[in-house]
Amino acid sequence: MEEREVVVIGAGPAGLSAALEAARSGAHVLLVDENSKPGGQLFKQIHKFFGSRDHRAGVRGIDIGTQLLEEADALKIEVWLDAEVCGIFNQRDVWIVRNKEKSVNVRAQRIIIATGAVENSVNFPGWSLPGVMGAGAAQTMINLHRVLPGFKVLMVGSGNVGVIVSYQLLQAGADVKAIVEAAPRLGGYGVHTAKVRRAGVPFHTSHTVLEARGTDHVESATIVQIDDKWQPIPGTEKVLDVDTICIAAGLTPLVELAFAAGCEPLYSPLLGGMVPWHDASMRTSIPSIYIAGDISGVEEASTAMEEGRMAGLSAAHSLGYVAEQVYEVGFKAAEQRMLALRSGLFGQKRRDAKAAIMAQTRG
Amino acid sequence: MQRIIEHPVLGPLPDVPMVKIIVDGEPMEAREGEMIAAALIATGKKYFRKTIKTHEPRGIYCGIGRCTDCVMTVNGIPNVRTCITPVEDGMVIETQMGYGVWKQEQ
Amino acid sequence: MEHTTSDDKGLKVSGAPNLAELHASPCYQLPAEDRRALAAVIECIEGIPCNPCETACPQHAIIVGDEITNLPIVDLDKCNGCGICVAACPGLAIYLKKHTFKENLAYIAFPYEYVPLPVEGQTIRMVDRLGQDVCDGTVLRVVKIKKNDRTAVVHATYPNGYYEQVVNMQRLATD
Repeated sequence: MEEREVVVIGAGPAGLSAALEAARSGAHVLLVDENSKPGGQLFKQIHKFFGSRDHRAGVRGIDIGTQLLEEADALKIEVWLDAEVCGIFNQRDVWIVRNKEKSVNVRAQRIIIATGAVENSVNFPGWSLPGVMGAGAAQTMINLHRVLPGFKVLMVGSGNVGVIVSYQLLQAGADVKAIVEAAPRLGGYGVHTAKVRRAGVPFHTSHTVLEARGTDHVESATIVQIDDKWQPIPGTEKVLDVDTICIAAGLTPLVELAFAAGCEPLYSPLLGGMVPWHDASMRTSIPSIYIAGDISGVEEASTAMEEGRMAGLSAAHSLGYVAEQVYEVGFKAAEQRMLALRSGLFGQKRRDAKAAIMAQTRG
Repeated sequence: MQRIIEHPVLGPLPDVPMVKIIVDGEPMEAREGEMIAAALIATGKKYFRKTIKTHEPRGIYCGIGRCTDCVMTVNGIPNVRTCITPVEDGMVIETQMGYGVWKQEQ
Repeated sequence: MEHTTSDDKGLKVSGAPNLAELHASPCYQLPAEDRRALAAVIECIEGIPCNPCETACPQHAIIVGDEITNLPIVDLDKCNGCGICVAACPGLAIYLKKHTFKENLAYIAFPYEYVPLPVEGQTIRMVDRLGQDVCDGTVLRVVKIKKNDRTAVVHATYPNGYYEQVVNMQRLATD
């Protein structure tokens, strides 16, 4: 069996940040990712991020990704790509299948799970037709793979993902025919909704998608107004000429690995559903296992990076790598940056939900 | 449906060598290293497989290897996730019917 | 299009702020008609955690303050209309305006991240916050400096009878 001090699972914004922080602290880190390229979903974020200078605000996600990879290179962090983690045993042993052919067990003193999240779906007649896809899938196609999955798009959901991807579809040359939102008010930041609105994209609040039609691919979508009990109002149906329907209905944390390893779960609907319990240092109920990013509750890339830094620093500290005082200063600074990201009208709910998790004690 | 040639943030589509793939018996071109799903979307392929019982068409859904909606038979191996599997020169890609059939011994 | 008729129900329904919402926000300050210099106009009325406008401004004319969710406020006495904030704003919520550029023409400089870009001298269609077609405009120049990180800033003139209404241009068709 191979041995490493810290194994980080997932090389997205959270995992990369965790690996960097742990390595900077002096720990020997192995970063594994099932994909052939690191970065997770960061390289499809082509917009400039919000936040402050400390959060690299104003820099595009793709460029933050490049910076993180350069830092990982400079620190000579060991990275295994095409490496799928199939299980964690005895709270320490990480079972990894490399390149779909070689099974390897790595004994880790600390494990940081940063597996991210998966997009939710919305079920309606025709939802399985080709052309119906996650908003993030469309974003992957246009920004990573440079192919347009369709020319005429209906976006379902007006949260930040829905409006940002709508904007990026316009940038890629598609026409976004409408954005429907089931709630009576739009979900995303006003600055995002305003920029797609002035580009001519109409919003329909209190509307949902009723049906997708087509033979081998989406050829039209029917939207309908819904009442305050979320029931369709007959007679308000509209048929839209679209070839693509993007679903932006939130994400669910990818918790399987953590739960199979024995991390205690708890339910936090605001953060995406079941998440592993964790404390402020991002440690789960199993002392050797930490989590960071969307697995610990769905937020944003910027919060994922902060959580990664906190998890990496805490894991290294628990191995004796960071002097107490240095740890306290570093941790406080990360907490302050995190508070700023979770402040205001939009952040307050997430801040409360996170506080509710940490108020419980486990382990 | 089409490649994005010009992009305001990403710039012009970089030049990369093309490789040959065979899709349902037809030779086609793909960009070296791109995912199978991307290559097929660029050619306008509408569906990637049909379901076993009701023969409904399926395409990409999550695009990041989680949902397995986009699986096809690749080089004789069924249920390959096309959204995270890169093309290779000479690769044989087939629209999958149902669970597919193994045509290659591993 | 039926969708883009006067659907002015405000930011959280129509997607764009209406004038009542803007006028009620301390963030939004339309430069006075007799002001000679360009000035930054910010339409960021929700208190989101973001401050690159403040850190980017070389004149220290935009203040967010210690609380990152404060609304950004432009000090019009300090703002010299340099336009660095226009491309620095991750929300593309800032433009420059001036009521009288010459005769009856207003001046605007707005962020634009689509292809193709307009060119100097081109006649473009100006739009309001709802994306509705308002009037013709003429492109004065298109700024594409490296510092702006791929956000072009389009400078244009348009009839100042539409001074407050116009915020951007209609996207150009790809060929």
